[in-house]
Amino acid sequence: MTLAPEKKTKKPRKLSMKARYEALTRGLDWEPSYVTKEEMFPHLEYEGIKIHDWAAWEDPFRLTIDAYTKYQAEKDRRLYAVLDGFAQGQGHLNLTDAGYLNAMKLFLQGVTPLEYAAHRNFAYLARHFAGPGPRFAALCQSIDEIRHMQTEVHTLSNYNKYYSGLHNWPENHDRMWYLSVPKSFFDDALSCGPFEFLIAIGFSFEYLLTNLLFVPFMSGASFNGDLPTMTFGFSAQSDESRHMTLGLEAIKFLLEQDEDNVPIVQAWLDKWFWRAYRVTALVSQMLDYMLPRKVMSWKESFELYFEEQMLKGLFEDLAFYGITPPRHVADAVQEKDVLSHQVYWILYQFSFAAGFTTTMPTPEHQQWLSQAYPDTFDTHFKPLWDKEARNIASGGRHFTRGLPQLCQVCQIPMAFTEPGDPTTLCQRESEFEGEIYHTCSNGCQWIFEREPEKYRQAWLPVHQIYQGNCGGPSVPEVLEWYHLQDGDAGEYLGSRDHTNWLTWQGEAAAETASHENKAGA
Amino acid sequence: MTEQTTSTRDVGVVIQESESNRPVVEAIEQDNPDCSVLHTPGLIRITAPGRLVITQETVEEKLGREWETHEFQMAIVSYFGNIQEWDEDEIVIAWDH
Repeated sequence: MTLAPEKKTKKPRKLSMKARYEALTRGLDWEPSYVTKEEMFPHLEYEGIKIHDWAAWEDPFRLTIDAYTKYQAEKDRRLYAVLDGFAQGQGHLNLTDAGYLNAMKLFLQGVTPLEYAAHRNFAYLARHFAGPGPRFAALCQSIDEIRHMQTEVHTLSNYNKYYSGLHNWPENHDRMWYLSVPKSFFDDALSCGPFEFLIAIGFSFEYLLTNLLFVPFMSGASFNGDLPTMTFGFSAQSDESRHMTLGLEAIKFLLEQDEDNVPIVQAWLDKWFWRAYRVTALVSQMLDYMLPRKVMSWKESFELYFEEQMLKGLFEDLAFYGITPPRHVADAVQEKDVLSHQVYWILYQFSFAAGFTTTMPTPEHQQWLSQAYPDTFDTHFKPLWDKEARNIASGGRHFTRGLPQLCQVCQIPMAFTEPGDPTTLCQRESEFEGEIYHTCSNGCQWIFEREPEKYRQAWLPVHQIYQGNCGGPSVPEVLEWYHLQDGDAGEYLGSRDHTNWLTWQGEAAAETASHENKAGA
Repeated sequence: MTEQTTSTRDVGVVIQESESNRPVVEAIEQDNPDCSVLHTPGLIRITAPGRLVITQETVEEKLGREWETHEFQMAIVSYFGNIQEWDEDEIVIAWDH
């Protein structure tokens, strides 16, 4: 069989991209003969989504397996060259400060396991979709995700030799209270049907919010001397643009296939926007509080990557299909002035039981916060830090010794405030079969009430501790069960990482000085 | 593509800032005179009203070597808009509606 190129290209012997895609990706599909199509793809009906023509799926990347492997191999080569150079040149000493690594600890414990979970579920989609186009796109994404997980582990293992908090992330992820936020989010998606997963992760996470989640980490790394993470990040993000395309293609495909799909997709979008947005709360505090050198504030980042690109760009495109912006988006927009401050205040008070350390923002840092948040920081959050400064001065750095109430849906401690009113705590209650459930926001309450049978099964870390399932009743027993070691948790100033850092920087400075003296003499 | 949207809402692409990507950025700037460029640490964000095009010919001219459009995968970090075309000779990002 010969396929003529559709138009003249510079290399006439090669097939055009379109023809190659037709032959190598679409053309390798087959019709089952000894089972029916329904038997071969048994999971496509029960969510109520109607697909009439799988061939209408378009992949703008026109990806074929040879092009995929060629470029992925090149991406890995570039990354591992950087990692080698970093390890050989004692690159970890070029960080702005050891405190920066708290952001990376959170990333390794919270995000890396999600990459692995994504790998698993995209492999499932690659098996179960009835069209070769989406199956192949899902297969590539599945391989991408395991590559991300592996490269993240390899990248950050360079720091594990010298710093705390990076040694037991898989167990941390399964057990620790703040990590149940990302874990339960992804478990929620993994337990959906294939189409809902596609909207949950493929679209809401990978298109709507991916920039908010990943780009700040990468820019933060670049700005704080963390060359390996920056390189890993770009290597992963270059796959991410393909994932964004899959997500966007997925939603358009479902909407175009049948009008009955529109209300189902809208409800998923309403749900998964808020679920994913709540996970980005951890990123918000990372940007505003954990980076020694600031890139941009959460507020700026939210305005740029979400309000401008998504609300003003994407949703006008989706309006064509009758899709409206996510149900609780106005609450998220109002929260941009307070979110990071409230989340960091939680982590600050509970970091005695975390796989990272926290510290009070310095006066310069607070000045930056006050400029980035002129309407809220000085009024609502600076007084907290002023009080904490007095605590510290009298020798009592504040840690909360009780356990917080958690939201039944997002599992974040219930410390958020009412939309538009930073002085009133937001607390929602719902009753289901005689029991009361608490949620932190209108969004989480709406999600709970839509599927109470699902969310009442949530594994809430605080409840589990009280039920005796987490190593024992005392804090040291729970921390041991978390697999935390000395130096992992608590206050950053005076911690093992901080002390080592000062020693290493002192040694490096002394060495430079002695070289200069010799050169001068 | 004969069909073109009239939308002038911004579309954009984010590219890793590196020596090898500089000619790609120059090519985009040349082919999209209305674009604006924002530098953030390690990243270059290029936006344009309605439509952004990356053409093989211009990139090859700037690079001084052959360049296939697949190679753009090595440079791109993120984008917003919809990838309408990804052919041998050009990549087009625009909104559909």
